[in-house]
Amino acid sequence: MNKPVVIKNARIIDPASGMDQVGAVHVADGVIKGIVAGAPSGVPAEAEIYDARGQVVAPGLVDMRVFTGEPGHEYRETLASAAEAAAAGGVTTFVLMPDTLPVVDDGAIVDFIVRRAAATAKVNIVPSAAITKGLRGEEITEFGLLKEAGAACLTDGRRSIQSAGVMRAAMSYAANFDLPIVHHTADASLVGDGVMNEGTLATISGLRGIPLEAETVPLARDLQLAAATGARYHAAQISTAASIELIRAAKPRGEISAGISINNLALNENDVAPYRTYFKLSPPLRSEDDRQAMIEGLKAGVIDVIHSAHDPQDTEVKRQPFAEASEGAIGLETLLAAALRLVHSGDVPMMTVLRALTQRPAEILGLDAGRLAIGAPADLIVFDPDFPWVLAEANIVSRSRNTAFEGARLQGAVMHTFVAGRLVFGHAATREGQQ
Amino acid sequence: MDNPTSTGSRRPFPHRNLLGISELNQYEILDLIDRAEAMIPISRQPRKILPTLSGKTQINLFFEPSTRTQSSFEIAGKRLGAQVTNMSVKTSSVTKGETLIDTAATLNAMQPDVIIVRHGAAGAVELLSQKVGCSVINAGDGAHEHPTQALLDALTIRQHKGRLTGLTVAICGDIANSRVARSNLLLLGALQVRTRVVAPRTLLPRGIETLATEVFTDMREGLAGADVVMMLRLQHERAAGRLIPSVREYYRFYGLDAEKLAFAKPDAIVMHPGPMNRGVEIDPTIADGPRSVINQQVEMGVAVRMAVLDALLAEPTQLAQ
Repeated sequence: MNKPVVIKNARIIDPASGMDQVGAVHVADGVIKGIVAGAPSGVPAEAEIYDARGQVVAPGLVDMRVFTGEPGHEYRETLASAAEAAAAGGVTTFVLMPDTLPVVDDGAIVDFIVRRAAATAKVNIVPSAAITKGLRGEEITEFGLLKEAGAACLTDGRRSIQSAGVMRAAMSYAANFDLPIVHHTADASLVGDGVMNEGTLATISGLRGIPLEAETVPLARDLQLAAATGARYHAAQISTAASIELIRAAKPRGEISAGISINNLALNENDVAPYRTYFKLSPPLRSEDDRQAMIEGLKAGVIDVIHSAHDPQDTEVKRQPFAEASEGAIGLETLLAAALRLVHSGDVPMMTVLRALTQRPAEILGLDAGRLAIGAPADLIVFDPDFPWVLAEANIVSRSRNTAFEGARLQGAVMHTFVAGRLVFGHAATREGQQ
Repeated sequence: MDNPTSTGSRRPFPHRNLLGISELNQYEILDLIDRAEAMIPISRQPRKILPTLSGKTQINLFFEPSTRTQSSFEIAGKRLGAQVTNMSVKTSSVTKGETLIDTAATLNAMQPDVIIVRHGAAGAVELLSQKVGCSVINAGDGAHEHPTQALLDALTIRQHKGRLTGLTVAICGDIANSRVARSNLLLLGALQVRTRVVAPRTLLPRGIETLATEVFTDMREGLAGADVVMMLRLQHERAAGRLIPSVREYYRFYGLDAEKLAFAKPDAIVMHPGPMNRGVEIDPTIADGPRSVINQQVEMGVAVRMAVLDALLAEPTQLAQ
């Protein structure tokens, strides 16, 4: 059994309870035993003491959208290597997308992931399951059996269900099992051959554009179907100002939530130029006006969740002409630092950003995570919100290198990550000095 | 003024590659046009040789088939005395990019002095240029740029009009999918030429108004008072039923015929980058008529490509690097 842990001199921020105060956190037996204001008291003699020196203690991050390559493409990322990257980024729980080989569309594969994660991964990995068999968008999967096996939500991952009929059936049936439908909306006929945001930049670059309506048309459809069926619906990743309005209008009519990739909050289409394939993402990076609308949506609570959209791709599929390169970027290690940009710029309060990274995703998925409370699992992080660093390719923990933040100046770094009271990551800067 | 001068006393051209008009300022553009103008007599003399590239190796690497552009570059290289090798790369869509990087490394190892590349994907030529140690010329990358086409168009216009500044040039047709349109808009814009794009909404890309002076969806309005009418090839196999209803409707409203051309200035010239679809974007009697300068464009193409090769490769440039 691990020794008890006491973290003292911490700025404790817990969005679920609204706490933001200086104090100490006591951990033992994998759970939080005490949260006290001021100096710690009744510290067991054998406890390991961490002096946070005024740094923030917060719940471990819950990342709702992570791709790995296991099973099927282990050269990109395994559950274990993704977990290492997660721990380095302060992510203590992540949802694994079903886009694997084979696809997670069968209870046996969910079971494999649960066991494999328990055996190899140092953070909590929660499987999602495909909405449709083989992610083909045609036949719905065995929602009940998948839930029994451990799936926390239903999603077709990168794929978007084109048929309104299939989506309606999926939502109706999912409501029986109280499983949220998590859906990336992209109308294939509107995306067409598009590879970046439609607009002046795409035109100048000679690249085909993806119009905003490719996202909003199926989103409007889904929101109507969710209202009609009573399904719990999470718009996986929105990117346009118009989507904010759709979500805002739909929320009073049902259990509707929305997520956004940190990339769409921290970056815009100008980062793509010229032909930088590590910025080829889905949804595409949009205009600065859209990014600003996303920030407003986050502040207003229309956007519930920020995720990393961690999507490891090898250099072979990225070192291509832009139109032919694969989409996606890794993001577990930079999720918090990129999100803190919004805090440092004065755009969004710290509490709001952390809520979207902890409490809200846990609530939407029904997970016992994302909060600091007596008896809750001791999944927590200590981070220095001001620590300056530059992401160098050589220091990337993930097995893949396709980051959109290489060379970026970042402010804020995770110093310690605990999962169930066990230290799973310590920043290099903490190795001299204390502890 | 943009008058031709001799090639003898030029300062070195300050670029290793020609990837797009967007990389050039107006002086560099005019310099290349002047150099090209000086090359015209060489192709008209009995011994068509100016061996400034003697001993140089030129590779034409075409991922998309193009008889006319490839032969134009080949002839240009040979008239300058370069050793020219043509490589047509058959590609399957799956392995296209892999072939590009692999081919670049392979060709680079053969120590060429210049590689001329055409590729179906925007940015592909720039990507290749990062993997080789020699000069690279973009002979067309997707819907992005085709810089030598824009230069030869500008030279052709100047040959006929005596100037570029102050003219009005209407570019008509499939703007959305045209690298020729983009390079021309960039070049003409840099030289303070009034540019118009004329096309149905479905063939006008978002934000085109940042590249063109004026945008029209009606040919008569778009051609009114134009000095130059530049028609673009319509990929009608792709567009029909999707971006335009039919070829006959397109021809009726956007095909250049005598009636529409009458709205342009009486001395307006008609251009086309080729290959033409007669009866789709242009009436055969206009294409082959007295105002068409399409064959001169082809001749200027050789002069421009000689000038670009000479500017990038001839010794003063090498010394300057």
